[in-house]
Amino acid sequence: MRRSMLFIPGNTPNLLMNGDVLGADSIILDLEDAVSPAEKDSARILVRNALKSLHYKGCEIIIRINPVETDYWTHDLDEIIPLKPNMIMPPKVSCAQDVKTVSEYITKLEEKCGFEKNTVKLIPLIETAMGVENAFQIASADERVAALFLGGEDLTADLRCKRTKEGNEIFYARTRLVCAARACGVDVYDTPFTDVDDIDGLYADARFAKSLGFSGKASISPRHVEGINEVFSPTQAEIDYAHEVMETIRIAKEQGKGVVSLRGKMIDAPIVERARQVIEMEKAMFGEVEDDE
Amino acid sequence: MNIKTNAVAGTLESSDVYVKVEPSDKLEISIESVVYNQFAQEIEKSIREVVDELGVTSGKISVNDKGAIDCVIKARVETAIKRAGGEQ
Repeated sequence: MRRSMLFIPGNTPNLLMNGDVLGADSIILDLEDAVSPAEKDSARILVRNALKSLHYKGCEIIIRINPVETDYWTHDLDEIIPLKPNMIMPPKVSCAQDVKTVSEYITKLEEKCGFEKNTVKLIPLIETAMGVENAFQIASADERVAALFLGGEDLTADLRCKRTKEGNEIFYARTRLVCAARACGVDVYDTPFTDVDDIDGLYADARFAKSLGFSGKASISPRHVEGINEVFSPTQAEIDYAHEVMETIRIAKEQGKGVVSLRGKMIDAPIVERARQVIEMEKAMFGEVEDDE
Repeated sequence: MNIKTNAVAGTLESSDVYVKVEPSDKLEISIESVVYNQFAQEIEKSIREVVDELGVTSGKISVNDKGAIDCVIKARVETAIKRAGGEQ
């Protein structure tokens, strides 16, 4: 389950130490924008040591490396891959080749470390106009790609428009990424809401992202994690309904019925699939639940 | 690895450590720490582990610790030594 992804600067020990107690499903240890060029070496070594010593229990680990057009990204991967993070987030991914380049390098390192191929997954960060237009090719470029992530700040700079709280300027990019990711069967994550103090705004933005089909949302502040988790969790009513759907299907199967309805609505394949997804989330949130099938 | 030049790493922020390394004929380690009385030995042990791992036999290593944990101390010492050895 990955609802919230919290960015943590890679060169800040007091934040790195507490990464797993901030409530996020995933933490993104950042070697890119949060680290100045003069401190890239320092952050890389610090993050490597943190991964070695701190266990980040119950938290997925994502490392944002530096972009492929820099000299840093291979050094980042050299230090980080042996520690087997869950995912690597290459930033400024604009085309399928960017993904393949990173993936091929990771493959070499995985072989060297004796890991099974594709142990480490990729979550490309799409934050350029070209990346948005190539979203489907990026999502389908490599087996490692497990999700897409939209970066609104850099994207609006590339689009030469102002980033607003309403987000009209990134509406096309959001829907395009959701569609591309879903077409490829991978998850998709929304850009952070950058006003740390505006909690109402965060809720509204997260609800809108969920309504578009995003799997979750990133955050640059621990203060936003709880809201994101709440918005991207199923409600008790949704959980109850999902169990009702599965129970109705089970009874129908026993009775040999082909078509069934619940609360006056026919239960078709998409409703069953949605119910299954809700129950999966429930299991991830609360542990195993009684199976209806 | 030899310490060829002066170099620093880390910060004086809480939970971090500021490390300064300088060329010297012998290996010298000096420690200042907000938790000196409780952890000076552990801090020195962490420094020596990195020094041994990198094959450093001489140099002056000064640390000003602001309550950093072991993996942070080791990271900052390694960074400073590598910078002083011409790696970055």
